[in-house]
Amino acid sequence: MTPPEGPAGPSEELTYQYGLEIEARSQWAYARRRFLRHRLATTSLVILLLIFGAGLFANYLAPYQYQEINLNALSAKPSLHHLFGTDSAGRDSLSRVLYGIRTSARVGVLVGILSTVIGTIVGGLAGYYGGWADNLLMRVTDLFLTLPLLAVLLVAAKYLGHSTPTKLALLLAFLIWTQIARIVRGSFLSLREKEYVEAAKAAGAGDLRIMLRHMLPNTIGPIVVSATLTIGTAILLEAVLSFLGFGIEPPTPALGALLNEGQDQGIDKWWLVTFPGVVIVVIVLCINFVGDGMRDALDPTQRRVRT
Amino acid sequence: MLTYIIRRLLYSIPVLVATSFLIFTFVSITGDPLGRLRSNPNITAEQIHSIEHSKNLDKPVIVRYGYWIRDAVTKQFGTTLFGNRKIWPDLRRVMGHTLQFILSAIIISAILGIAIGVYSALRQYSLFDYTATTLSFVGFATPVFWLALMLQVLMVQIFLKWNVRVFYTSGLSSSVNAGHGFHFLLDRVQHLALPVIALCALSTATYSRFMRASMLEVLNSDYVRTARAKGLIERRVIMRHAFRNALIPLITVIAIDFGALFAGAIVTETIFTLDGMGFYFVNSLFASDPYPVMAWLMVVATMVIIFNLIADILYGVFDPRIRYE
Repeated sequence: MTPPEGPAGPSEELTYQYGLEIEARSQWAYARRRFLRHRLATTSLVILLLIFGAGLFANYLAPYQYQEINLNALSAKPSLHHLFGTDSAGRDSLSRVLYGIRTSARVGVLVGILSTVIGTIVGGLAGYYGGWADNLLMRVTDLFLTLPLLAVLLVAAKYLGHSTPTKLALLLAFLIWTQIARIVRGSFLSLREKEYVEAAKAAGAGDLRIMLRHMLPNTIGPIVVSATLTIGTAILLEAVLSFLGFGIEPPTPALGALLNEGQDQGIDKWWLVTFPGVVIVVIVLCINFVGDGMRDALDPTQRRVRT
Repeated sequence: MLTYIIRRLLYSIPVLVATSFLIFTFVSITGDPLGRLRSNPNITAEQIHSIEHSKNLDKPVIVRYGYWIRDAVTKQFGTTLFGNRKIWPDLRRVMGHTLQFILSAIIISAILGIAIGVYSALRQYSLFDYTATTLSFVGFATPVFWLALMLQVLMVQIFLKWNVRVFYTSGLSSSVNAGHGFHFLLDRVQHLALPVIALCALSTATYSRFMRASMLEVLNSDYVRTARAKGLIERRVIMRHAFRNALIPLITVIAIDFGALFAGAIVTETIFTLDGMGFYFVNSLFASDPYPVMAWLMVVATMVIIFNLIADILYGVFDPRIRYE
């Protein structure tokens, strides 16, 4: 069957004639296609899902219980029985890393969600209404810029004392939502002046409707990207807090806490500090690549796809 | 220019006052310095009360803030809550060590980052460019403390296998009398090498990315095309026209990074047990002593503000398009 001569582009008749259909694609479908064509980002997403999945199903996948002691294999080097070796109490390091991923991922995702919600609401209101609320937000975030985030976090974490993953996530979210708030504020500030917002206002739409129906969908790209990157930041911060002894306390295994234990048991047992750290690096690396891919995919002005 | 500097200095006074209030309330609200005493069954409530009274801890926060500011200004931050140790001499000592440490890290990472970034931009999409890009992404994802641990692990393994000590993994010098002249210098380098490498990695990654982007932007600009069109040799186009302009945005990046390096110092100094600000901060925090923590935060905030001011002034010096009224 040869295609009939005629003007280029599908017409309704032709599509019916050949049993073709024009598929309506939403913005999201375009974004998904662009993302999937970004090979590095797609690969990273798969690796990330595998690692997080391994953490989620740690109780099925882990060869041992994370508290299980094996007195015949104290501080054993990595071998077939213990792929990541054991610690000085004979606990299997691989199993502890798997449970550690679960804790760290939970903290990361929780912080990602919480700080995005807080940041979007506060940033959105500040950007839309401006005025004193906007001023206050900007001055407070400016003040925090003069202090190193880690120092502030350590003081606050010290106060919390023996931390559970949820408590730590709340603390982290409470201190890093300002970054997302600044992004949303900036975007709302410029969107406020757009013609379609003015049109909506003229049509009698309320403030809430304008914000939710007209401005938020146009900011969703940067919000999703920074939410993704926040997960990586949160996992790094959880690791450093737990490592310094201000974060998640043993016996709950978290990646940073495992590194802390590993260092306490002597740096010559290299396997105890190597593997949890490699897992952190791979997770954060993948999150950054996924975030990069999303940034390219969610930018509707960008049609060309980097392969 | 001078009026600009004076105005900026005057403007930073209210910022510092606001910061000091923020620091004081934040540290006082989040920490109960007597928590450990309270949970001790051998200490009665009356004894706690008398301690609180003698240390003015029973007053409202705003009153205590007044006392604290008075001490900070007239008595150089006063003394620690426990042990009545003078804060300033300790802080000044560790500040010297940490500034040496941080400034050398900034200089090394700036040189490396600029070189890598410029070369990557000139040879865009070459093998070198891809390697540098990949490494910088790995650098962004690597926690500083883990890199420090890995360097220690490496040195320990080398020592165990071949009995060679390349670099030391803790402290500032091997003995109290580390000798002098060349021996002292070598000893210091052997001690500081690993922490400096750990601290430099992230900054080098950041600087090289910014330098690459900024260099690429400048190379595509009109005045570089003009310089080429009028027949200048490529070397001169790059060094005189492109490179110097590409350097300007990096000043801001380095200024912002300065604050982040204090966070890096907290981690690296703790791991390598260096007698610096980071180690001092963590130890004060573990001792639940609020006053050294407040003094530390105050000193760091001041330094960050000063550093940002220097960066803004440098910006004006290097970029004639910017005029300060």
